[in-house]
Amino acid sequence: MSGLGEHADALPAYEEPPPGHVSGSRLERVLRAGRFAVTAELNPPDSADPADVFEAARPLGEVADAINATDASGANCHMSSIGISALLTRAGYGTVYQISCRDRNRIAIQGDVLGAAAMGVRNVLCLTGDGVGVGDQPGAKPVFDFDSVSLLRTIRTMRDEGVFLSGRKITRPPRMFLGAAENPCIEPHEWRPERLAKKVEAGAEFIQTNYIFDIPLFEKFMARVRDLGLDKRVFILAGVGPLASARAARWMRSNVPGIHIPDPVIERLERAAKPAEEGKALCIELIRRIREIPGVAGVHVMAYRREHQVSEIILESGVLEGRRPRRRGAEHSTPPPSDGPAAP
Amino acid sequence: MYRARLFAIRHSGAFGWIYGRLERLMIALDPVFARLGYNRVERPIALVERVVKGVLFDCRMCGQCVLSSTGMSCPMNCPKELRNGPCGGVRPGGFCEVRPAMRCVWVLAWDGATRMQGGDRIREVLPPVDRSLKGSSAWLRVSREKAARLREAREASRTTLAQAFPGARRNEPSTAPLAEEPPSAVNRGQRR
Repeated sequence: MSGLGEHADALPAYEEPPPGHVSGSRLERVLRAGRFAVTAELNPPDSADPADVFEAARPLGEVADAINATDASGANCHMSSIGISALLTRAGYGTVYQISCRDRNRIAIQGDVLGAAAMGVRNVLCLTGDGVGVGDQPGAKPVFDFDSVSLLRTIRTMRDEGVFLSGRKITRPPRMFLGAAENPCIEPHEWRPERLAKKVEAGAEFIQTNYIFDIPLFEKFMARVRDLGLDKRVFILAGVGPLASARAARWMRSNVPGIHIPDPVIERLERAAKPAEEGKALCIELIRRIREIPGVAGVHVMAYRREHQVSEIILESGVLEGRRPRRRGAEHSTPPPSDGPAAP
Repeated sequence: MYRARLFAIRHSGAFGWIYGRLERLMIALDPVFARLGYNRVERPIALVERVVKGVLFDCRMCGQCVLSSTGMSCPMNCPKELRNGPCGGVRPGGFCEVRPAMRCVWVLAWDGATRMQGGDRIREVLPPVDRSLKGSSAWLRVSREKAARLREAREASRTTLAQAFPGARRNEPSTAPLAEEPPSAVNRGQRR
């Protein structure tokens, strides 16, 4: 009784979230159950072939509770996050649909949120977005109609109040688990936790941080987060990723906005005989240390062009020990109520 | 006037105080503006505002001034026009991701807020900018808002009365009127 006719196999039906949850998301279930969560970023294809998306997702899906579909990150054009998310939900993966405020205004974004939710997307990550100048088309018009914080509040209003920002009613609101980013190792360090508080106030329920390579700095950030009581109000997933080489690390540091890699990390890669292996070992080490920090609920793996290593990194780090092996299709496992209303 | 802007933020305490006074003056002037007609005073006041705030804060006339909540650092100077910054791209030393020669507007804002009375307002989540108000006077908007709040309070008392006497409201609406009364209809001194 899904009401979806011939598309019933491919599309998850509209569902009310389980009790105590805001969405039907597996990521939300894992986090609320107190388990250490893993998310991973998918490298979006420059292609119109769905097979390329599924191929990129395969090495991540084995270990990730949800796969992030980036929204033209670094202002570089790729397949859209809504397209990737829609494909992944059809294949049964949990996805985190990333929205950047850089390219679309409030009319487009609110419509896309409904569209994504209808396609089975249950997690959304609200981002401000990098400036257009760092990307492959610096002549583009930067939009920034929302910022990440006002975007969070807008989607929460759509979900909880069932209205657009204009006040017009939404008959079936988007049941999404709301996420935001944070960049703990970037200036102004003393105000980062305060801004996180604003994001939580605006509606963030989970946080995925940018890369953490500087543990002492991150520990300081987390101490302040705990002082503010934020660790009790939001699930924090720390961003990690394997560095390929010292050269790659230096390039990232100077060309990608918001990346902090301390010199000792780069020197360690420089000294290594096999830098890629060293990068992987370092990543595993970081995950283990991050896991010990109170208030951290999981890790978010961003392994740009090293997606093949993600599974090994997570399994070797031991963060999934005690968890059942992942099976696909678990995102929408809640059985639809037998006598419930049919979807329109 | 990048330098003037930095000066204003460095002295956000004093500028915040002056700005607060000015706001109060504008609110007090609401009856005057209302009498002249807000529509008629809009252009001249907006012109003055553009010049004064342009010099001091690099004001972009968004029409929705939030300087008191942003440490006197105008957020419209942020290339991403964030209302709840800073973003995650701030460069070492607190410089802007998009314009590396400029100090991050939001790093300055959080610093400026610490020197201001009521600086805690920076913790409030601000809504997206209404782009249709660009170029209009934020000062006059403040006056009107205050007037609207007073009007709302008057309306609330009428609504409460109407709800307390629903039968009378139904049968004899004039005994529990909901419409706003024109000043000439109200006998203020209640003299006979």
